Order: sequence, then C-alpha cells, then structure tokens
Amino acid sequence: MKKTKADPKGVLTGAHYMDGDYALAEGALAGGCRFFAGYPITPSTETAERFSTRIPTVGGVFIQMEDELASIAALIGASWGGKKPMTVTSGPGFSLMMENLGLAAMMETPLVIANVQRGGPSTGLPTLTGQQDMMQAKYGSHGDYEIIALSPDSPQECFDLTIEALNLAETYRVPVLIMTDECVGHMHEKVIIPPAEEIEIVERKWYTGPKDEYLPYKNDKDLVPFMVKAGDGYRFHTTGLTHDERGYPVITAECQKVNVTHLIEKIRKNADKIIKIEEDQTDDAEIVVVSYGITSRVAVRAVQKARRAGIKTGTLRLITAWPFPEKRIRALSKKVKAIVVPEINYGQMVKEVERNSFDRCKIYSIPHLGGWVHDPEDIYKVIKEASK
Amino acid sequence: MKKEDRLEKNPMEEYLRMDRIPHIWCPGCGIGTVVTSFVEALKKNKEDLDKVAVVSGIGCTGRVAGYVKLDSFHTTHGRAVPFATGLKLAKPDMKVVVFSGDGDIFGIGGNHFIHAARRNMDIVIICVNNFNYAMTGGQVAATTPTTANASTAPYGNYEYPFSLPYLADAAGATYVARWTALHMRRVTKSIQEALKHRGLSLIEVITPCVTLYARRNRLGDGLNLLKYYYDKSVIEHGADTRTLDISYQGKLVCGKFIDKEKPTFLDAMNTHLSNVLGDDYVLYGRINNDND
Repeated sequence: MKKTKADPKGVLTGAHYMDGDYALAEGALAGGCRFFAGYPITPSTETAERFSTRIPTVGGVFIQMEDELASIAALIGASWGGKKPMTVTSGPGFSLMMENLGLAAMMETPLVIANVQRGGPSTGLPTLTGQQDMMQAKYGSHGDYEIIALSPDSPQECFDLTIEALNLAETYRVPVLIMTDECVGHMHEKVIIPPAEEIEIVERKWYTGPKDEYLPYKNDKDLVPFMVKAGDGYRFHTTGLTHDERGYPVITAECQKVNVTHLIEKIRKNADKIIKIEEDQTDDAEIVVVSYGITSRVAVRAVQKARRAGIKTGTLRLITAWPFPEKRIRALSKKVKAIVVPEINYGQMVKEVERNSFDRCKIYSIPHLGGWVHDPEDIYKVIKEASK
Repeated sequence: MKKEDRLEKNPMEEYLRMDRIPHIWCPGCGIGTVVTSFVEALKKNKEDLDKVAVVSGIGCTGRVAGYVKLDSFHTTHGRAVPFATGLKLAKPDMKVVVFSGDGDIFGIGGNHFIHAARRNMDIVIICVNNFNYAMTGGQVAATTPTTANASTAPYGNYEYPFSLPYLADAAGATYVARWTALHMRRVTKSIQEALKHRGLSLIEVITPCVTLYARRNRLGDGLNLLKYYYDKSVIEHGADTRTLDISYQGKLVCGKFIDKEKPTFLDAMNTHLSNVLGDDYVLYGRINNDND
C-alpha cells in the first residue's frame, strides 16, 4: 500500500466553525476526492453545495446528476477512470443507490457514499434525524457482499472519517459508506483541518506489470486485486456478472463460490485492521452502553449520571459500524452484566450485539423512531434497571 | 496467404476478445452486424484502441462490452449512460461509447439519456433497436410498434412507441442518425462521424430479432426482415425529426438527421467557470479534441 501526503490545493488548513455536511466536503477535498456526482436531498444537500463551490479552484469535477441512480453509476465510471469519487445522500436517495452499490462491490470499485440519515421509511422526516439505515447499509443491495461503514459523531469526525473512508475504499477496493445523521450533519462545531503534510493519503493499488498478463480480479496476498484504469492500454473487461480472474462472465455455481467468497473474505479477514471503536470506562464496567453517531454523545450524559449514582457504567462507540466489532462485543459479554444499546431506530445494531453475546449478559435495546435524539434520562433509567 | 492463415486470421481479431467467441447471439440477429460496423469504423478512423472505451448496460446488446477488446464495462440495466458520463469526465481524453439496446437506453434508462443529451455530454451512443426486450423473452418495449405482438402484449401492443431520433433531437443531442442492419456501410460511416463529433451522438440501428420479435409476429426469418428493411426504408438526410415515427411493418425513414455544433458539458464548464472565476479557476481536462 503506497501512502502519500495530501495535495495542499484541496486542504483548507486552519480552525473552522462549520457543520458536519460542510466537513464531509472538506474531508473529501483533503482526502483527494476530485469527482463528486450528486443529487440534492435533505439533509445532505449542503455537502454538494460546498463541493460545487470549492472544486473549481481546486481542479476537478462536480456534476449534479438527474437522480441518485445516475450519481452512483457516474461514481463507478469515474473510479475506473482513476478518480477517487464521492457522493452524498439521505434515505430515499440511499435506497435508489442500492442496485449499483452491488455493482461497485462486484466490480471491486473504490468509492465513498455519505448518508446523512433522516427518519424513514419513505419520505419520512426529511429535516429530522434518524439512524434507520444501518442495516440497509450492510444488506441493502441484493446478494452477498461486504462493505465498510463508518459513523462520525461530530463535524470534526465527518472531516477525519471522510479522509479515512477514501483511504479504506482504495485499500480494499470496496465502496465505503459514511453513515452520519441529520444532527451531526447540521451541527456546527469547531473543525480543525491540519496542514496537508499531516494528512496521509492511500494511493490505489495500481498494477504495473506486463500488459498482457494483467488479470483484474487476481487476488494479491492481502486478498485485494491490483487495479488499472481506463485509457492505460490494458483493454480490460469488467462486469456485474459472476466472473473469473479475467473479469469474464462465468455463470456456474463453482465460479460464483469463488467470486462471492472473495468479496466477503477480503473484508472479513481484514476486519481487525479496519475496525475502530472508542471505549471509555469499560475496564471496571458492569454496564456498557454501545452506541454510535449522535446517540453516543447523548449517551455520555446518561453514563455520567449512572457513575455518580454508583453504577459502574462504560461506553463503547462504534466508529466503524461495518464490519461489526464482533470480537470486542464477545469479550465484553463475558464480563459485564448488561449491554445497553440506544439508537435512533427500532433496534438495528442491537441485533449484532445480541448475536455476539450468546445470552451471556442481558441486552437492552432503547429504540427511538427518529425526529429527535433520546432523552438522556431514558437511557439512564435503562442503565439503572439493568444494574439491578 | 496460406490456406491455414486464411482460416485462422480473422480481420477483426485485434478488436475482439477472441477467447470469448462464439458469442451468445442467435442466428439471424443483427447485433453482430452492428459490432462489425463499429470495428470497421474504429479501423477506418485509425482510432487509438487504448483510448476508446465501451460501456454497455443489460440485455442482448449489453453483451457487446464483453466481446470488444477495449476497456469495456458491462454495467447495470439502464445505467450505461451515467456510468459513461462518469468515465468520460474522469478521462476526457478518451472516447466513450455506450453500446446498448433500446430497452436499456430508452426504457429503464430513458431519463439518463435525455439528461446526457441535454448536457451534450461528449459520448457516442449506439442503440440497437430490435423492437422488444429480447434477453428476457420478447416482452413489449418502449419501441415496439403499435399493434405488434410481444410476450407481454399477446393481443398486440396498444401503446405508442418512442421515436428515438425525435426524442434525441428534442433533448439536445447534437448528432442523430438512424439506419437498419441492412445499411452496414452507412452505419460504419455514421459511427466514424460520431467518434469525431464533439457532443452527444445517437445512432439508432434497427435490427432483426428473429427468435422473438419476428417469430411472434410471423414475420419470417432474418432474410425476410432484411427484405422488409430493403423495401420500406428510405433515406432522407436532414428529415424533420417529427416525421420519423415507425408503424408496424411501415416505412423506415433513415439518414443523418442532426449534425450540429454546441459546446459539450466540459467545454461549457471550462468556458463558463473561466469567465466567472478568472485565474482562480483550475481548467479541467482538455478543451480541444486532438482529432479535430
């Protein structure tokens, strides 16, 4: 994996007061994204607006497509043209992107999609927050595949994790999703953008061998195949059909097994390297609150109150939502009394927590159907109940 | 030339993925004919094959990307045009050709076509029109002539079909031609011109679907359909695009209808942003095409 430093042209070094949506755009520019195709949708539109304003002076392309189907299709095309592409959307647009998310996974195409989540289903709550697309992020397109999903909890992390997302997409040749939410997207906070030389950029794993020996889907040691881009004389083929190492369609059960297993294993076998979590006071905790995005910030207050009340409580924040930190949850479930999972949905990531705790501890889901964040008091009550 | 060489050397070998031949198309199908015209156009234009990409969607014609020895992308149903848009914008020095069917480009992907035409995106679109959804068994399409039978129009089609050149003209395409599979040399010439044209080109090629469309309508075999094209096609270059409707077994007006200059998406972007932002604007891609 070749690493370089960020191109200073895209990096707005300094301390800023900006919202999460703008920070996504700045993270994209700092992280080397020079191609953005998008379609306006609340509450993500500000990212597209910011990018369209900034890109002409940086060097790159912004194009407003006719819909989200087109946006993600353009991203895949641009990625094969050598760009690091990104788009931003919300619930309904995310749903429209699902078919080609599968194509990107199948063609092993690096790209980044940020989903500033709002309440659903359907048009739902366009201007109000939600975290209801977490399972869709993992399972939204048909068939078996793996993606990576990150969950920032602040404008600063929107900036940082967009760079991280672009780097992960290149490292693993996979679509990377930034699953933020309306609260974080519209929250104004201090965002510190470091100097370009402090920002690490992962370059695509370019193939450099003989042209006639190039195989677009031949595994390397890390399970990630080398890539080439259009126009470099490799005259390669790629398809959404089940394919062999050459990228040629092979419609058999045998090829399907090799092809799809590869898509899954290149992420699962590298999960330890990908996963980032943040823990606080879990060393002595009897109760652990597992949360992500805006909900993790609301949970802090409930945990503080519980600690004051003498309940040994800790927090685990999912910075990486997918792949899910299974090992850590397994370890925690062996030593804690209960795991409490507040999230702004009817209970989605809690299923992963349950699946990995094998009934060794109690699991409490605290659903909230969106429109607003949890009242910390509601989380505290569950912690108190769990501690009995 | 020795006899063995004559058998082994196909003049299209350099342009096709011979390791994928034989292709999947039915006997009498016209798609192969259009591929031959495309290869011929590449040859005659002396195109740098490293700088031409083919993007296909899904369907019988969607398989073209799998047979041409170029950078080639077999994408999802209807999304070849926006995929090509992204590729073209990332690689402005390349010629990007969308090679797909009527169902793919004008049925499920119709919205993308009109917007690419509106932007005058600098891509070539070759649309093989066989009047039905062939890959899935001959269902009615947005191009099926009224009264024709299809598997999902068993009592005859009572909808009105799109006239592709009229639609393309209205949406803003800057090069529009229509031919049949009988007009191979003219198809080749149109593709040659389209590859040199700056802006969105649409070449519609009406082709026989013997297995489904012809069988279901009792129109005979491939030869009968070519006979129909021979009898009923007329060449009217520059014809008013409002007059190009196709009725069941009716007249087929062919020709080059539109060939005009208009700034492409990238030209317009570069010109406009340079004017507005002056030296702050970082020019993107190439403004002038080396083939002009």
